[in-house]
Amino acid sequence: MTDPLLSIRDLWIEGRQGRDWQPIVKGIDLDLHRGEVLGLIGESGAGKSTLGLAAMGYTRDGTRIAGGDIRFDGQDLLGLSARRRRALRGKRIAYVAQSAAANFNPAHRLIDQYAEAPVAIHHLMKRPEALREAQALYETLRLPNPQEIGFRYPHEVSGGQLQRAMTAMAMACKPDLIIFDEPTTALDVTTQIEVLSAIKGAVREVGTAAIYITHDLAVVAQMADRIKILLRGEEVEEQETSAMLSAPQEDYSRSLWAVRSHAAPARPAPPAEAVPVLRVRDVGAEYTRGTPVLQEVGFDIHAGRTLAVVGESGSGKSTLARVITGLLPPSDGAIELDGAPLPPQLAGRSKDQLRQVQMIYQSADTALNPKQTIREIIGRPIRFYRGLRGAALEDRIRELLTAIELDPDTFIDRRPGALSGGQKQRIGIARALAAEPRVILCDEVTSALDQIVAEGILTLLRRLQEEHDLAYIFITHDLATVRAIADDVVVMQEGRVVEQAPRDAMFAPPHHPYTEQLLGSVPEMDPDWLDRTVAQRAKA
Amino acid sequence: MRMHPLLTMTLQRLGFGLLTLFAITLLIFFAIELLPGDLAQEVLGQSATPETVAAFRERLGLDQPPVQRYLAWLGGIAQGDLGTSLANGREIAGLLGARLGNTLFLAAYAAAIAVPLALVLGLLAALYRGSWFDRTVNVATLSSISFPEYFVAYILMLLLSVKWGLFPSIADIGPDAGLGTMLYRTFLPALTLVLVVTAHMMRMTRAAIINLLAQPYIEMARLKGASPMRVILRHALPNALAPIINVVALNLAYLVTGVVIVEVVFVYPGLGQLMVDSVTTRDIPLVQACCLVFAGIYILLNLCADLLAIATNPRLMSRR
Amino acid sequence: MDLHAVKSTPPTALFGMAVILLVALTGLFAPFIAPYGETEVVGLGFEPWGGDYLLGTDSLGRDIASRLIFGARNSVGIALATTVLAFLAGTALGLLAAGLGGWTDQILARLIDLLISIPSLVFALLLLSIFGTSIPMLVLIVAVLEMTRVFRLTRAVAMDVAVMDYVEAARLRGEGLFWVLRREVLPNITAPLVAEFGLRFCFVFLAISALSFLGLGIQQPTADWGSMVRDTAQLITFGEVVPLLPAGCIALLTVSINFVVDWMLHRASGLED
Repeated sequence: MTDPLLSIRDLWIEGRQGRDWQPIVKGIDLDLHRGEVLGLIGESGAGKSTLGLAAMGYTRDGTRIAGGDIRFDGQDLLGLSARRRRALRGKRIAYVAQSAAANFNPAHRLIDQYAEAPVAIHHLMKRPEALREAQALYETLRLPNPQEIGFRYPHEVSGGQLQRAMTAMAMACKPDLIIFDEPTTALDVTTQIEVLSAIKGAVREVGTAAIYITHDLAVVAQMADRIKILLRGEEVEEQETSAMLSAPQEDYSRSLWAVRSHAAPARPAPPAEAVPVLRVRDVGAEYTRGTPVLQEVGFDIHAGRTLAVVGESGSGKSTLARVITGLLPPSDGAIELDGAPLPPQLAGRSKDQLRQVQMIYQSADTALNPKQTIREIIGRPIRFYRGLRGAALEDRIRELLTAIELDPDTFIDRRPGALSGGQKQRIGIARALAAEPRVILCDEVTSALDQIVAEGILTLLRRLQEEHDLAYIFITHDLATVRAIADDVVVMQEGRVVEQAPRDAMFAPPHHPYTEQLLGSVPEMDPDWLDRTVAQRAKA
Repeated sequence: MRMHPLLTMTLQRLGFGLLTLFAITLLIFFAIELLPGDLAQEVLGQSATPETVAAFRERLGLDQPPVQRYLAWLGGIAQGDLGTSLANGREIAGLLGARLGNTLFLAAYAAAIAVPLALVLGLLAALYRGSWFDRTVNVATLSSISFPEYFVAYILMLLLSVKWGLFPSIADIGPDAGLGTMLYRTFLPALTLVLVVTAHMMRMTRAAIINLLAQPYIEMARLKGASPMRVILRHALPNALAPIINVVALNLAYLVTGVVIVEVVFVYPGLGQLMVDSVTTRDIPLVQACCLVFAGIYILLNLCADLLAIATNPRLMSRR
Repeated sequence: MDLHAVKSTPPTALFGMAVILLVALTGLFAPFIAPYGETEVVGLGFEPWGGDYLLGTDSLGRDIASRLIFGARNSVGIALATTVLAFLAGTALGLLAAGLGGWTDQILARLIDLLISIPSLVFALLLLSIFGTSIPMLVLIVAVLEMTRVFRLTRAVAMDVAVMDYVEAARLRGEGLFWVLRREVLPNITAPLVAEFGLRFCFVFLAISALSFLGLGIQQPTADWGSMVRDTAQLITFGEVVPLLPAGCIALLTVSINFVVDWMLHRASGLED
């Protein structure tokens, strides 16, 4: 066997925390051969991006390589002079970042940024040649209008297209290795599938080696020949993709796989004569007059059931939450609570009406006041709605903490800063629960969390639902979450409901065309899924 | 017909500037009305005879309703007539003209040195962030912005003029002085302003550049193998123009006010000196006129900065 | 503060804190420290340094050292009162603008923009010429002008906090505006406000001193650093450093406060080098 293109031995990287240096990457070994794609997966804080950048001999401010060895094509990357290392970057090793919008310089056109590395920095070709190649690459990456698109500025191009333009930019010097750092994470699923297949096709055509960093197992299954799993800077295991999918060795790997296949048992449909706890009737909404964001949106939610509102960015699902909570009065239609109309304005609603509809937020970081203790955060709604004080209040807070599976003695006097992401989200749940509501709006509550933590939150929510006969409105873009928790599903697109049905009916054909596209775009754990789906769509 | 967005925005800013100027004339004029008692009595003191008070009221037109007085005043300004001074009865417009020229000369002199100096120092401090150079400059500029202008002025005067006799301590510019003489005689006041303004401007430039260097596209440029110089010139600078223009405008505006103190210290016949003198004698029409001129310069500078920032914004420029 | 904390504090900040403490103590105990009275004529005009008069006497024969010590009380005290006034008004209006939003916010913000569009020293001169120079008027005018900056900062940082989900959660709960501002917003903006208080004090102090230096601020016979510079200014042409003493006191105090604030801001931003 030939020498590997990239070889990393016992690499240690440290990050600065205040005055101290803490290890982020702990003794990682890695080998990558020419033309091979290695998938690097792990949760947030696993050190994937740090490792990916280190493969270019690059460390961000506040991080440093503390030990180990990185060899690229026989050269010791860490021993090279800064100038020699720069000569490799962009030319032989290139980088594709997560947010294309932030990584393109707003002051220059796409084509100028494409041509910078091959023409101005590494002097590999003249500008006209670079332009011709760019147009060819844009075409390979299936960018619309490849002859012309390069002459636009970054803000004139959509997110999915920018991501492909960045891939083209990385390929400009025909590098031996490309680092893809979560290139599709910020995209909607229907856009993601296009970008994924474009990247896969281009990588295959050029024959470059790649490190593909992601937290999404199904995505990495499509892209990688081998998969390496990281956990808190350490390697868990590394396998060929097919072996990793069929027979993961370690408990941690298996737990990642298990989460995906979770689905709650279906509940019986509510009796036809039952009054829904919340009814959204033909609601329309607009931020500026004449440009509706929601049109004729309507559905019912019954006590003890979960309704998932699914849609991509711009579908109006967040606006819907604002209308239900009264932050944005509807321009049309009405919201009913227990059959009685709910005043459109927040200010018009009574304390009791407010109490019955509560909300849990996506980002627990911004949902909890960092200056308040857990006691204050959970205690305030109890005091506000029920007037409890003193010992009774204290008991109730402790009861709620126990209900969300956090030890009261440990947590009651902490502030949010001392909590993990999952714990913060649990406090958010306890705060909603403290009001003793009938309906809880859950706005993307698991999308900022790692899969295993998210799974715990969903299980907790489901248990609380059964104990308190709660109705949930789950606003989400993630179909796995829908499958795991929903009883009924509403699919939204461009401010309208395109389909609504019980969950099992929704996931079984026939589908509305948009639902079909949405369902079909969610990556599956089968390595052939991407090629198969793209081929099917090409035929259709 | 659809107008070019650049033109629309320019017209908008111009209109907004004019509106602000108009609002300021209201503010300057009606501030007098806030005085609880009678202005004439207040200015002349309790010992004034009823006749002098009456004469004063008539000269200021205080017997007319304020709105009518305001309209007359505004109409006068529109035609370049700023009224007459209470102290000596001369035309205010004539008094201001020469003084304004002197003040602008001094401010321009200081700006010509301070702006390039501050930009270069700010850029260097940002590039070598955390180095001894950066730290020294940080302490020095922090001190410099904390010092009152007259403290800096008197130290310079004591050292460069009294002790070493290099420059005159009084910025006495005759009507027939040549440019070289002018520059020499006003060197100390200009240097004072340079020291104070450079510190401010340099700190802001440094902050603006550092903010920019944290952008992801700067990292991307480095990952493409761009040299540090290329990263700065090609990737940071085009995006830094707007913030830097803002910093410069803000400090030029500051320069114009800083001039007031420096003019008094060096007995320089500028607008600031005139204004301070007329405050002492409570020559209110003259004070109002000075205030209006200063505010006008201030607004004009901000307007220029706005327009330049628009003109250098690639997002706006590319919308064709 | 334990020994480790002292060690890790930069020398400039330690110096600043020492000076602030010294000035505060001098101001508080001025009558006990000063060898002579504030306005007491103790000798002839322009007595030399040393001997009975540590720093000599001014044109009227008052002891300069004593007047400097009383200046710590008068100049700093008046500036402090002005800053507190500016702060109370600025934060209250800023919070209100951020909390209410809509028209209230627009009108307040535009009014403040207007006040800021006249250079503040120039505006102060205009108002002083109309209202006359007295200490209450001086305090009021400078407080109003500096209030505009406090308003802007408070409004900006409060708006950043007001878009947080926890503020929305409180509003959805049905909490009143004042509760939300006091319990959810205010605790999260205290750090920038404290730093701003330091900076604002410097500006107020410099502005009042500048006006006094111009003869339009604190008036004789009150001992005040700014007007002391004015009174002794002509001595500089004879090579005397006397005018630099009160000016130096002003500079020393503002530098010290800036050092401390700079360190605080640096620490709050989480950057340590």
